[in-house]
Amino acid sequence: MGWTQDQMAARAANELQDGFYVNLGIGIPTLVANFVPADMEVWLQSENGMLGIGPFPTEDEVDADLINAGKQTVTTMAGSSIFGSHDSFAMIRGGKINLSILGAMQVSEKGDLANWMIPGKMVKGMGGAMDLVAGVKRVIILMEHVAKKKDGSFDLKILPKCTLPLTGVGVVNRIITDMAVLDVTPEGLKVVELAPEVTREQLQERTGVTLI
Amino acid sequence: MNKIYPSAAKALEGIVKDGQLMAVGGFGLCGIPEALIDALRDSAVKNLVVISNNAGVDGFGLGKLLETRQIKRMISSYVGENKEFERQYLAGELELEFTPQGTLAEKLRAGGAGIPAFFTKTGVGTLVAEGKELREFDGETYVMERSLVPDVALVKAQRADKSGNLQFRYTARNFNPAAAMAGKITIVEVEEIVETGAMEPDQVHLPGIYVHRIVLNANPEKRIEKRTMREKAAA
Repeated sequence: MGWTQDQMAARAANELQDGFYVNLGIGIPTLVANFVPADMEVWLQSENGMLGIGPFPTEDEVDADLINAGKQTVTTMAGSSIFGSHDSFAMIRGGKINLSILGAMQVSEKGDLANWMIPGKMVKGMGGAMDLVAGVKRVIILMEHVAKKKDGSFDLKILPKCTLPLTGVGVVNRIITDMAVLDVTPEGLKVVELAPEVTREQLQERTGVTLI
Repeated sequence: MNKIYPSAAKALEGIVKDGQLMAVGGFGLCGIPEALIDALRDSAVKNLVVISNNAGVDGFGLGKLLETRQIKRMISSYVGENKEFERQYLAGELELEFTPQGTLAEKLRAGGAGIPAFFTKTGVGTLVAEGKELREFDGETYVMERSLVPDVALVKAQRADKSGNLQFRYTARNFNPAAAMAGKITIVEVEEIVETGAMEPDQVHLPGIYVHRIVLNANPEKRIEKRTMREKAAA
C-alpha cells in the first residue's frame, strides 16, 4: 500500500521546473536528486555554500573539502559555484531559491512545521531549516505519513497543531507522504492525490485533521 | 609587518584568554582550523564561549575542547554528531544557544561589517524569537538579531600570501570568511603560504585587512564525516 521512498521522491521530482534553484533536505528529500528529468536544468543548492551539486564521487575523486549540507562527499559539475555560508543564506533569505523540499516530524493543518527538536530527548538543532522555510518561496514536506513505532502502533504527524517546538509558522505549501499529496489551503488540508491502493478512509484514519 | 607565525601555539600566544568569545570556522569537519584547535586545547584556556556552526565529533575538531571542558557555552545551529556534547548538555554542564544557520552566518558577517543588529524572518513564531524585538516591514513580521563580534576568530583557508590575502578551497570556505571578518583578532591556518604579489588581485577571496596572524599547516588530517561514493563506471 502506498508509495515507497523512491516513489515518493519521484513524485516530489514532478514539482521541479526547468531553471529551478532547489534546496533538498537530509533524508528522503535527498533522493529527489535521482529523479531530475534528463532534459531539465535544475540547480541543487547546498546551504554550506555551493550551487550545482554534482554526483557522489568515485573513490579517486573523494575530496574532504567538497561536501554537501548532509556532510556527504560530493563533486562539482559544469556550472557549479562556491561561496561562503553568509552568501548562501543571503540567497535563501533573499527569496532566490525556487523550491525547498524538507523532512518533518510534525506538520499542522495551517502549514506550521516542526522538524528540529524533541525537548529533553533529541538535541541536534535546526541547522538551516528555519532560514529555508522563512526565505524560500515554495516549501514542500516529504515524509512518512505517520511515525511508525516498534510495537506496530503509530503516532500521527499531521495534526491540528504541532506539539513539538516549531521550525516555522504557516510556511508549508504542500505535503507529499507515502499515502498522499496534500495542499495547505486557507480552508484546510486538501487531498490532491492518493497513492495507489490507498483509500480516502485509510488516509483520514492516519491524519489528525479533517481532510477536504 | 610580519603576519606569519612559526607554529599554531605561537600564533595564539598573547591573544587567547579565559572567558573569551571565540568564532571558529568550519562546517562539520570541513574547513576547520585543526592545528589552531589543537593549540587552543594545549593552551588550557577555559570558560570559552565558542561560536561555531557545529561542535565537531567525539575526539576531533571542537570535540577535543569539549573533552577537556574548556568550553562553557556553544553558539551553534546543529550539534547532532557529538555524543559528549549531548551528554554535557543534558547533564547541564554545557550551555547551548541554538541559532539558525543563516542567522549565525549573518551575525558574524554583520558583526564584521559594523552592523550591530539586523531583522530577519527566520525564526519568527519559534523558540528562537522568544524575548526578542519583533517589527513589521511591508506587512511581514521580522525578529531583531544582535550581531557577534568575537574577541578571536580561528579560521581555515587553503592559501595565504604573506600580507594575509586568502583563498579558500571548495566548500571548506563555509563560515570561514564571515568568521574572519567578525574577529577582533583573526588567526588563520593555511596549507600554503605564497609571496605577496603571487596571488592575482582578482583571485583573492578575502582581503588581508581581516587577517592578523597566519600559521602554516601543510598537511591537516581532514577527516571525512560521511564518505559517500558512487561506483566507477565499467571501462
